[in-house]
Amino acid sequence: MNGNGKRSALFRLKVWGRNACFTRPEMKVERVSYDVMTPSAARGVLEAILWKPAIRWLVERIDVLAPIRWESVRRNEVGSVMSPRSNGIFIEDQRQQRAGLFLRDVAYTIHARLELTAKAGAEDNLTKFQEMFLRRAEKGQCFHRPYLGCREFAADFTLIRQEEPLPEPIGISRDLGWMLYDIQHDNRADKNHVHCCTESCRPSFFRAELSNGVLLVPSPGDGEVRQ
Amino acid sequence: MRNPIQNRYDFVLLFDVKDGNPNGDPDAGNLPRIDPETGHGLVTDVCLKRKVRNYVQLEKGGAVAFDIFVKERAILNNLIDEAHEQDIVKSKEKGDKTEAARQFMCGKYYDVRTFGAVMSTGKNAGQVRGPVQFTFARSVDQIVPLEHSITRMAVATEAEAEKQQGDNRTMGRKFTVPYALYCCHGFISAPLAAQTGFSEDDLNLFWQAVINMFEHDRSAARGLMSSRKLFVFKHENKMGNAPAHKLFDLIDIQRAEGSTGPARSFKDYVVKVGAAPDGVTLLEKL
Repeated sequence: MNGNGKRSALFRLKVWGRNACFTRPEMKVERVSYDVMTPSAARGVLEAILWKPAIRWLVERIDVLAPIRWESVRRNEVGSVMSPRSNGIFIEDQRQQRAGLFLRDVAYTIHARLELTAKAGAEDNLTKFQEMFLRRAEKGQCFHRPYLGCREFAADFTLIRQEEPLPEPIGISRDLGWMLYDIQHDNRADKNHVHCCTESCRPSFFRAELSNGVLLVPSPGDGEVRQ
Repeated sequence: MRNPIQNRYDFVLLFDVKDGNPNGDPDAGNLPRIDPETGHGLVTDVCLKRKVRNYVQLEKGGAVAFDIFVKERAILNNLIDEAHEQDIVKSKEKGDKTEAARQFMCGKYYDVRTFGAVMSTGKNAGQVRGPVQFTFARSVDQIVPLEHSITRMAVATEAEAEKQQGDNRTMGRKFTVPYALYCCHGFISAPLAAQTGFSEDDLNLFWQAVINMFEHDRSAARGLMSSRKLFVFKHENKMGNAPAHKLFDLIDIQRAEGSTGPARSFKDYVVKVGAAPDGVTLLEKL
């Protein structure tokens, strides 16, 4: 998948929000969040600002800037997916009350680089995308509003420039156990940049260790990432 | 695809409740939702989306391209099953079926086009991400939920009547918030609108729905609810011209001068708005 393995400079983006839910895959019905943002959620935030098929984001480190606090919310949800053959869903017939255990008042610094993929054309180079990302992040521009795990938990973001000091992470060290690293997507069936997961899309996990508020994220090819 | 919107929007909706329960918490016996750490009230994103759907269903009556997929039984205006065969989807090659079905659903249903949907097209759920994104609404100040005991001069069953020797009365409970002003932030993404075909007309209908959604949602539980202010930040650029949090910070909600004690009406608040930065137009829709 690598274009040429060259990576951009390190970007640092501070993101924060009132709530977040980085859902644990083993608790998806009544959602329970991981304690900390997952690398895949961080990638989603970056892609909400800039993404093209020619690039991919590599998250290297996530700093936790706010104490880990929780909040429980129960909502009415619909228990079925839509089908073009049906003429609508009556919410009363499909209602499920589900609780969610969400994080509250979160803030993170995402450290990430981008690299070119095999889809990069002759006119694509790292500098172009670096500049694009810097311009967008500086201006607060985004393709769609970034979010913290679920779309109702919108995220605010600001770029931390190279000369600016990093925000201080919280001084908490904890073994977070196995955490979702990312979903290895099979993009062969994608049309118009709309992805539909197939059987070939597989999750991968890594052993997450929070040390003084810093979560180091291994590289995708690393032996630490288990499929 | 009709002409999709070309601008990013960030919006702030202020709505209030008087002697009603804006959004009950199923985990707390239907008490108004409250953030236990701060005492502020909450109204979930899905609660507001439901009201937008209901308004559009009422306004458009299931007209072509404005049908609502996730319906509430409360509005039974036209449940005539069209049951039409979608040749446009059937005729397609297997690989293009998913995309055709997505287009069809976005074209037919306003809520799919606006909020997105998880759909069983293709091998497993293909997803539509809608351009409109709501967040949880929170009250500006702390709320105090009141509990009222109420009586009913009737009973439901024979057995109950016998137990009471014909006294036939039952007690119930009702929760209200005497007054609270809630603030909700929302976002509309132009690039996602291009993917679902969310047009300028759809956008105007959406503003109309947000302004009027409480007018058609009267009930014993709700008390008096109204949309009070709708500030819309329209960016010249598709991707936006300013960070959303800086725009939201321009809106300053303070207690009115001379208003003391707990707030009991919208007059107890003053909403001030700063000047929007270059490239952003502030539209006061309400």
